[in-house]
Amino acid sequence: MKKTYINGVGCISTQKTFDTVFLEEAIVNHDENVLAIVPPVYKDYISPAASRRMAKGVKNGIVASALAMKDANIEKVDAIITGTGLGCIEDSEKFLKSILDNNEEFLTPTSFIQSTHNTVGAQIALLQQCKGYNFTYVNGAVSFESALLDAKMQIEEEEAQSVLVGGVDENGEYTTALFKLSGRIKPDNQQPYNLLDSDTSGAVYGEGASFFVLENERKETTYAEVLDIAIVNTLEENEIEAEIKSFLKSNNLEISDIDALVLGFDGNVDFENYYRNLTENAFAETPVLYYKHLCGEYDTASAFAFWMAAKIIKTQEIPEIIKVNSVEKPVYNTILLYNQLNGKNHSFTLITK
Amino acid sequence: MKGVAITGMGIISSIGNSVGENYISLIENKIGISRITNISTVHADVIKVGEIKKTNEELIAELGLDSDNNFSRTAMIGTLAAKQAVENSGITSINEFRTGLISATSVGGMDMTERHYYDYFKHPELVKYIACHDGGDVAEKIAEELGLKGIVTTISTACSSAANAIMLGARLIKTGKLDRVIVGGADGLAKFTINGFKTLMILSDAFNKPFDNERKGLNLGEAAAYLVLESDEVVAKQNKKVLARVSGYGNANDAFHQTASSENGDGAYLAMKKAFEVSGLKPSEIDYINVHGTATPNNDLSEGRAIKRIYQDEKVPDFSSTKPFTGHTLAAAAAIEAVYSVLAIQNNVVYPNLNFENQMEEFDLTPQTTLKNKTIEHVLSNSFGFGGNCSTLIFSKS
Repeated sequence: MKKTYINGVGCISTQKTFDTVFLEEAIVNHDENVLAIVPPVYKDYISPAASRRMAKGVKNGIVASALAMKDANIEKVDAIITGTGLGCIEDSEKFLKSILDNNEEFLTPTSFIQSTHNTVGAQIALLQQCKGYNFTYVNGAVSFESALLDAKMQIEEEEAQSVLVGGVDENGEYTTALFKLSGRIKPDNQQPYNLLDSDTSGAVYGEGASFFVLENERKETTYAEVLDIAIVNTLEENEIEAEIKSFLKSNNLEISDIDALVLGFDGNVDFENYYRNLTENAFAETPVLYYKHLCGEYDTASAFAFWMAAKIIKTQEIPEIIKVNSVEKPVYNTILLYNQLNGKNHSFTLITK
Repeated sequence: MKGVAITGMGIISSIGNSVGENYISLIENKIGISRITNISTVHADVIKVGEIKKTNEELIAELGLDSDNNFSRTAMIGTLAAKQAVENSGITSINEFRTGLISATSVGGMDMTERHYYDYFKHPELVKYIACHDGGDVAEKIAEELGLKGIVTTISTACSSAANAIMLGARLIKTGKLDRVIVGGADGLAKFTINGFKTLMILSDAFNKPFDNERKGLNLGEAAAYLVLESDEVVAKQNKKVLARVSGYGNANDAFHQTASSENGDGAYLAMKKAFEVSGLKPSEIDYINVHGTATPNNDLSEGRAIKRIYQDEKVPDFSSTKPFTGHTLAAAAAIEAVYSVLAIQNNVVYPNLNFENQMEEFDLTPQTTLKNKTIEHVLSNSFGFGGNCSTLIFSKS
């Protein structure tokens, strides 16, 4: 069975994650409950005429995938697999509002077309003229991991030698207002928004696009090998530790083999114990890291974490800004990522040098 | 035995609330296309749709949901179909084996979002519906109703979504990652979709006529269908009846246009070609093609050309589109048509392509227009979606 290597990465996020080494310019924003991306120079990648018609998620997806391809030093991939929670939600909002505001009249198709969840993957395929396998997953917080699992299967089954895989989501103004109303986003005017010592429910929201080139061979640009991905829909707080142990065991690993644990802490006090228990018990002697204070919470935020973990293995450095505890290890060779959303959508991802 | 075993099916569509009802409609020419009644839309007098003639209240009662539920219509029909499939497969303990759920939808809970969009701020009792907009909400509701704890995910590649869900499920079984997986899709009618297709000018005001020279476009429909796929180990262990097998699958991208198919059907051709490679079958071994056949000028031309490319000088097998019965049920379509493909194999029938009158001028392809009885070993089913997404499944007699 072929192994899967991360050979290129590209990340557009609410931090400056392009044209930088590794989070050296990162800033924690305590003042806002919805974070916006730091935009790249789009015209370097997309013609201004095309860019004007494109949804934000499409543009960011195109740039992030171009960065990943360049990083991996390849020009073509065999398959494109995308994860997105809400797709190009700004266009969904726009089309729905014009239906409601104009009583179903005077509509134009552009925003309807872009609202389709697979638009980002399709546009990348169109640009690259990639006629291969093209899937889009839309299942909340496991959208990216579903894409990753599929990509790994494509490589293992030798259906593809190279796969472009990514997670992309964008903020829409009306949707974020609805999320504040429903409690998914923390209420306005509750500054400072702190993540690890939060005592309120909801999360600080964000957006971004992270893409990766996965290939079946190790090369000069290789960051890490993807060992395994597991997705479990429902787990109780007290089942997490056993689940992780059995996941590691199936990969012939133990907790002591893990050089860093990346957790999806999002400041939502209602579900924090899923992470807190691990930090305080099973992984008390392991470096524990977090990231949603940098990129915000969104369905595919875990793709940002995957980018971060790949960077750590390649640079062998952990920026202070992402440390939950002060535990250190001499080398960072094997990293476990765990994320969940409201007690559902649990994902476990394992990468190694 | 080649291919992944199908051991259960469930379906609700405009032509029936069960597998049995759907089959009877198919062989007795009972169509489900009518005027829309459940959604108030300014297009009500113009468009025709394949609507499930049950109100949300009736669906809630049938499912026995609490009054504080936040099920979208899509989640309700999805749950009904998935429960039927699980029951049909004789599953009594859902987590007994490593079991997953792979679902498909185009717009998730949009039917609730569009109904309450501006009212959320005024009516706190509606806020519960905000969460059901999410594409994954339907699958998670189904998983909860089934008590399924394992892997749950959702695919959204427009009108090929359910084909891709079936494909992923079959691969998860084949590679030994799961022992059992429930696969399929659900899409309820929504104003959002109706108006989207309306702006693209591909809705017909008449009954849709796939592969007809004077076809004018599609009729939208709503439906949900799920199939249970199981590993040969589970089948042997539980001495299960195998309804048919998923023997081939292929996905490719047309990489031509966001909403239109290329004239020579590159994506469709590649998807079929891959499915043949996976199955090890030759095109001549297919007894029936359940075409995508939406009856839009663009789709039928592109699909027809792709089929001609696959068959070259050989005879194209009997083919028909079942969309004149059900309408185009978008992300659910491939699951609906998977159930129909299995029924074709079980009952040795080719369904009629209704409303066909004149052959298209571009090629000499004439669909089967009346019910035909003949031995069916292998059925090929196509589904194509926006974003150039093209998928082919092959089903075979067990």
